[in-house]
Amino acid sequence: MEMRAVYAECLAEMMEQDRHVCVLDADLSKASGTRKLYERFPKQMFDCGVAEQDMASIAAGLASYGFKPWIESFTPFATRRICDQIAISISYAKQNVKIVGTDPGISAELNGGTHMSMEDVGVIRSIPGMVIFEPVDAVQLRAAMPALAAYEGPVYMRLFRKTLPDVFPADYKFDLFKADTLREGKDLTIFVSGFLTKDVLDAAAELAAEGIDCEVVNVHTIKPIDRETVIASARKTGAVLTVENHNVIGGLHSAVLEALAQEKIPAVAVGVQDRFGEVGKMPYLREVLGMRTEDIVAAAKKAAALK
Amino acid sequence: MSYDLKEVCKDIRCDIMTSIGHLGVGHIGGCLSVTELLAVLYFEEMHIDPANPKMPGRDRFVCSKGHAGPAVYATLANRGYFDRKELLTLNQGGTNLPSHCDMNRTTGIDMTTGSLGQGFSCAVGVALGSKMEEDGATIFTLIGDGESQEGQIWEAAMFAAAKKLDNLIGFTDYNKLQIDGSVAEVNDIAPLADKWRAFGWNVIEVKDGNDVEQVSAAVKEAKTMRGSGRPTMVILNTLKGCGVQWIVDLGAGNHNTNVNEEQAKAAIAEIRGE
Repeated sequence: MEMRAVYAECLAEMMEQDRHVCVLDADLSKASGTRKLYERFPKQMFDCGVAEQDMASIAAGLASYGFKPWIESFTPFATRRICDQIAISISYAKQNVKIVGTDPGISAELNGGTHMSMEDVGVIRSIPGMVIFEPVDAVQLRAAMPALAAYEGPVYMRLFRKTLPDVFPADYKFDLFKADTLREGKDLTIFVSGFLTKDVLDAAAELAAEGIDCEVVNVHTIKPIDRETVIASARKTGAVLTVENHNVIGGLHSAVLEALAQEKIPAVAVGVQDRFGEVGKMPYLREVLGMRTEDIVAAAKKAAALK
Repeated sequence: MSYDLKEVCKDIRCDIMTSIGHLGVGHIGGCLSVTELLAVLYFEEMHIDPANPKMPGRDRFVCSKGHAGPAVYATLANRGYFDRKELLTLNQGGTNLPSHCDMNRTTGIDMTTGSLGQGFSCAVGVALGSKMEEDGATIFTLIGDGESQEGQIWEAAMFAAAKKLDNLIGFTDYNKLQIDGSVAEVNDIAPLADKWRAFGWNVIEVKDGNDVEQVSAAVKEAKTMRGSGRPTMVILNTLKGCGVQWIVDLGAGNHNTNVNEEQAKAAIAEIRGE
């Protein structure tokens, strides 16, 4: 099942149960998977047209009136384009608005560099009061949606909208503020967010065959980062690799290293090396940006060797 | 209870001068230009209860030109939302009365504003929320003329008309001045009434937005337009710094200026007609 279909299903359940839940679009409801909800919930769905700033502040106004709005667009337009509206109308004003950016990083594929946000986590992470969540698979997304809704405050979700392979078991227990250790190991820790988690697990299996025992931790909530888990795991293994579909400046790598600032632990990053994206399909983009499973394997070896 | 609005305006102006004079600096010009509007709204037209500032179904006011905070605070204090003595804490560390309106700090403030353009969209969201709740409230919002250069104003204008938010009444403080000079010279917004009409709004033009009777009549007229299926914009032709001649004479320089306590006292005497 596509991630956006799971997301839309969860929204539909919420809207059915609570008339105060509403969804605002900026002409991308088809991409977000919520178009069909307009027929079912005509009084809770609003298309603002191509006006993301207005959408964000309208949502803040609705939230001030007791509504629980979700706003959605492509990741760059849900973050960097409306950075000030998120900062002031939403977070500074303490409004309970959920912000959903679809097609993070290289998953924007054929929309190319203009639509390929490599900085969204960095932009939002530097705004006080924000929570940033990035799901790994449909199981985690489904488990997270009620937790995001129950959290009273602004959240930014980075949503890969197409189908992803399952990583988590059906009985997965989700905690918004707790990172998930997917694999225990002793030689290094790989911290990973988003769709690359599956590739990290594949890389860890390959590395195990070569005698390198990786711990794999999924940091689904990048802000506030689960410092306790991050520090404990890094201390245990003594080496760190971060893997993210984002610029290595401002995203997961930065968040993990901030948590480890007082630890003397070597760290290596797989992610976008401070450059813009470009048009292409995922396999091409992963190759040019150094985000393939083999790149993860090589980087993990480098990190382990730094110990 | 009815109030003598001309006296209320004097009280509000004097408290603006006192609070900014006590601090020594502030957004004085654009506070003095909107005094009549605030008096009419809070002392005559809005369905509110200062003893119950979060009353459900109340009318709301979003001061999108958030830098008029000191004028709103003076109005709220005079209306009984909080003690007038608190006005002396304006912009002091730890105050509940910051330069720009903050709904989480100040009793009676309905929306946090200050980054221009955003408050207007928020007001549109509030008006939409009121329609969804079917609570019959009227949502009032004030924008600046310089603020009208923000693209977000026109995004919100389009949406409010498209969604037929006839419970929304906007006001433009058209004092013709902004920080860098006259609005006409910096980046002209004229013809303003035509723009709002073109965006699908009812428009009421008030010749003298510092004449409390003209403002009162315009707000009453705007209220009758509920049911028109269109939001209404009231364009208030105002004087930046109105009530204190030397502040008016500063022209564009009166947007944010130094005011010492002596000057504030003299201004208060001028306002009182002494």
